[in-house]
Amino acid sequence: MRRYRIRKDESCVSCLRCVRECSFGAITAGDDKSLVFHHEKCTDCQRCVSFCPAGAIYITEDENRFRRNAVFSEDDIKEIRLQAETGGVLLSSMGASGRNVPIYFDKMLLNASQVTNPSIDPLREPMETAVFLGQRPEGIERNQMGDIEDNLPPHLELKTPIMFSAMSYGAISLNVHKALASAAEKLGIYWNTGEGGLHESLYPYKEHTIVQVASGRFGVHETYLNTAAAIEIKIGQGAKPGIGGHLTGKKIIGDVSKTRMVPEGLDAISPAPHHDIYSIEDLAQLVMSIKEATHYEKPVIVKVAAVHNIAPIASGIARSGADIISIDGYRGGTGAAPKRIRDNVGIPIELAIASVDQRLREERIRDRVSVIVSGGIRNSSDAVKAIALGADAVSIGTAALCALGCHICASCHTGRCAWGLATQIPELTKRLDPEKGAELLVNLVNAWTREIKEIMGGMGINSIEALRGNRMALRGVDLNEKELEILGIRYAGE
Amino acid sequence: MNIFDIRKDGRDVIRRFDSNEITITGCLGERYIGCGMKKGVLHVKGTPGNALAAYLDGGTVYVDGNVQDAAADTMNAGLLAVNGSAGDALAYGMRGGRVYVLGDAGYRAGVHMKAYEDKKSILVIGGRAGSFLGEYLAGGIIIVLGLGYEDKRITGYFCGNGMYAGTIYLRTDKEPLNLSDKLIKRTVGDDERERIIRPIVTDFASRFSIPPERCLEGGFIAIEADKSKSYSQLYAAV
Repeated sequence: MRRYRIRKDESCVSCLRCVRECSFGAITAGDDKSLVFHHEKCTDCQRCVSFCPAGAIYITEDENRFRRNAVFSEDDIKEIRLQAETGGVLLSSMGASGRNVPIYFDKMLLNASQVTNPSIDPLREPMETAVFLGQRPEGIERNQMGDIEDNLPPHLELKTPIMFSAMSYGAISLNVHKALASAAEKLGIYWNTGEGGLHESLYPYKEHTIVQVASGRFGVHETYLNTAAAIEIKIGQGAKPGIGGHLTGKKIIGDVSKTRMVPEGLDAISPAPHHDIYSIEDLAQLVMSIKEATHYEKPVIVKVAAVHNIAPIASGIARSGADIISIDGYRGGTGAAPKRIRDNVGIPIELAIASVDQRLREERIRDRVSVIVSGGIRNSSDAVKAIALGADAVSIGTAALCALGCHICASCHTGRCAWGLATQIPELTKRLDPEKGAELLVNLVNAWTREIKEIMGGMGINSIEALRGNRMALRGVDLNEKELEILGIRYAGE
Repeated sequence: MNIFDIRKDGRDVIRRFDSNEITITGCLGERYIGCGMKKGVLHVKGTPGNALAAYLDGGTVYVDGNVQDAAADTMNAGLLAVNGSAGDALAYGMRGGRVYVLGDAGYRAGVHMKAYEDKKSILVIGGRAGSFLGEYLAGGIIIVLGLGYEDKRITGYFCGNGMYAGTIYLRTDKEPLNLSDKLIKRTVGDDERERIIRPIVTDFASRFSIPPERCLEGGFIAIEADKSKSYSQLYAAV
């Protein structure tokens, strides 16, 4: 489908750099080394624009538009035509593009201290951003001597409440995994393997690795479970709640095949449900069998998508023996998902955080689990607002990829990512230097952490734990009463 | 021989006991027995609970009795031999090794089993299997012998639905009920039977001291994915 138009101006020096950079075949060289533009193949990934030494390339929305219609947009019509031609389910990637679903982070404003309590300067005074994820003991135990016993169940310690979301090897390249793992180690946080297994070269990062067990059980074996700081059971993800995964055989080559233990070229299907989990009791059983296999030394995370009944679901998970609940919201990204699912299933993470936190508090089980949230966290203030709504920590996927070059052209499912991230083609994956990538990720998270400290300081809070569920720190604008009620916040001015 | 009574000695004692071969008796629903075991031989007497031999990684587990749900879940290597029947979700997501059940298996047996290079998961069910046998099969071999069910159906509904690799062998001439149109059913020839089925079934029979010839009587049919109807065809990239 033609969506963009490629142009160049007279400053072009015909170096053909753009031809080499374009992985979608949208710019090729003619016989006389002149540029030939194939507009219909352009994804607007901005790779050519970024690398053009003369700044001579322009990618714009194609100005040839379909006739405007109040009901059917151009995309609607194009998608109908594509489906009429192919009979296929529309496949897309990255986060949801629901046109009228509000981003609640943008409708909440943070508080600051003025006169009545002093703000804190994080450059001058200690500011604690470390969080511990896992079950908290119900009470203090002492031995016969009266000394405090260590009865802390296994937990994760994060130096800052930001971690990297699950993205599988196969969906993204090994170099991206290396960058994430190395950055997580340097930052004192965690990265997550996703469901495609863990490449052996990344075993040294085990103290900062979360391994995932999904319905396909790809690459899951005893060594894998024990080469991690925590194990995540993936039930669902925000971009495609309720459905499974399908990694095309085209991406199952070389080490991806080896790591997933799927023969080369064979599709890898993750069934929609775990067929050994049909109830909370079954989930509890899988949680406990994983703990058994890992000698009760590691916390177990259960990841679910934010859906309509997320509060009771979270309550069930909290009672299943899981240590941490990870909730992925409506805007969570993906390497490939049916478009209709991505855009129409699930609820925004902000509402899910608030309702889950509220429910767990009401049931007096909030301390039995920690809550990690993800799905459209774009910056440090989104993270702060998520924590103030009740999250213990946030997870970033899309933002981490953006740090590595992603421009969100949403073409991950084509496997031809020009930035060398969501691809397994060697000429493309080498575009990301893992060491440089790690540096970018470290910078990003450090910058966000500094901003979080600034925001906390402004509110007169010097520990991130004091911010968790502190909804008095938030006020709403442009929200109706029901939204305020669910978010558990007051309107600005109240 | 080291013998423990699970009710008296407790699971912790057994877990810590470092021996190549132990027997635990008196099982009555205790879960996670043999979970993640890497080596050695474990004899289980009684009725162990759910998730027996989950993540089994190389050891051998013999059960003299029935096993319940999720036995051999995500098993990686080794052998589980059950001299009895199995509950639901047997060998789910199994990646390698062998699971032999002399009696029947419940629903969802062998869902999403896999194979990769020399790791090939093998599931043999001596009796009959419930519905959803081998759904999403991604590799490996499932054999259902239907011993004692001659002339009856030995699988339930939705056999092999969604499978995309591997093979299900059934010792019957009856096509499974409502077989998906994305699957192919074929009759197994003598060569394939001798080459693939015989060695597996002979090993199976030897574990339960039954004559292998009995397990090979009559003909086998094989169920496989129709490669011309792959998942990829479902999609149109936006």
